[in-house]
Amino acid sequence: MHELSLTQNLVAIAEEHARKAGAVVIRSITLEVGELSGAIPEALEFAFDVCSKGTLAEGAVLTIRRVPGHGRCAVCAAETACHELSAVCPACGALGFELATGTELRLLELEID
Amino acid sequence: MCINCGCAPTEGAHNHHHHDHDHGARTLRIEEDLLAKNDRLAAGNRAQFAAAGVFVLNLVSSPGSGKTTLLERTLRELGTKWRFAVLEGDQQTSLDADRIAAPGVPVRQINTGAGCHLDAHMVGHGVENFDLPGTDLLLIENVGNLVCPASFDLGEDHKVALLSVTEGEDKPLKYPQMFRAAALMIITKTDLLPYVDFDVERCKAFARQVNPKIEILELSCRSGEGLAEWYGWLEEGVKRKQEPRAESQE
Ligand SMILES: Nc1nc2c(ncn2[C@@H]2O[C@H](COP(=O)(O)OP(=O)(O)O)[C@@H](O)[C@H]2O)c(=O)[nH]1
Ligand SMILES: [Mg+2]
Ligand SMILES: [Zn+2]
Repeated sequence: MHELSLTQNLVAIAEEHARKAGAVVIRSITLEVGELSGAIPEALEFAFDVCSKGTLAEGAVLTIRRVPGHGRCAVCAAETACHELSAVCPACGALGFELATGTELRLLELEID
Repeated sequence: MCINCGCAPTEGAHNHHHHDHDHGARTLRIEEDLLAKNDRLAAGNRAQFAAAGVFVLNLVSSPGSGKTTLLERTLRELGTKWRFAVLEGDQQTSLDADRIAAPGVPVRQINTGAGCHLDAHMVGHGVENFDLPGTDLLLIENVGNLVCPASFDLGEDHKVALLSVTEGEDKPLKYPQMFRAAALMIITKTDLLPYVDFDVERCKAFARQVNPKIEILELSCRSGEGLAEWYGWLEEGVKRKQEPRAESQE
């Protein structure tokens, strides 16, 4: 459900850039998806097959780059991985953890022809 | 360059032989957020609301947590004090807009079709016929869903997440995106607390784990308990939103 509208956006953005560059086809799309973004890569892949039909992106290879959750604790200054969307520091348990990466949902790169 | 050749999108399949340069395979660096378009439209809505001095809330929850009931009650009790407008996006019943109908309060139902959330584009059109400068408070009831509406900025001042005591107290942990995005969590239906197994303090602690800055209110639309605090919270928001305008008019 969520992934469907995200993927519709993905295809729209990709087509817009590809057209501007005069492409006739999009060969591949590289997408950055944070571990804590709430989007499920498999669902994005499934939705992509549906949403790309009849567009410049039909048949394109979709590469999803997973970005791990990582951040810093304002209390103990630990810089550490984090696998939950939470302010609880994995190192000291205080409510001071600030995520730096892991929530990305970004179109990185297109290969066009 | 092709960018300027003006070939229509539908002609995308032609081969550009009329150009004297060769395309070939290329890689384009894009780095664009998938929600960029919605965010742009939301920023437009927000600017429009700020200029008109309207305090805007985006109410989100699971289906049945009590959004419409709280809207009804709020309009009934404050409808003569402030000028309200309501956007109704909940699909649960098409009757929500009728339930809310209050004298002098414009209510507009937005049809999201199969959509599981409102987006900034729908809201932008939804408010087209509202007299925004003549509105103090715009209340938007989102589609009953704790997942998708979290990602879609509508241009509101705050998301307000409702959670009823008949639901699990661990919902903030199960739907952290939503409770991180919300400025206020309202624990609703507190009149039912004697009959359910819901630990209010645990629920608050879970919410603060995902969002230490979240404000929390508890209320019941049945008993009226806690409503005064909610009205106080609204009043503060309305006043803060209108301050910059009051000053510039002096
Ligand atoms: N006991 C009790 N029931 C409530 C309260 N608020 C709402 N309800 C009931 O909960 C159900 C769903 O409420 P509704 O406002 O339609 O939820 P929405 O889907 O979030 O708009 C309705 O049957 C309401 O009467 C409350 O404070 N106490
Ligand atoms: Mg409702
Ligand atoms: Zn720490």
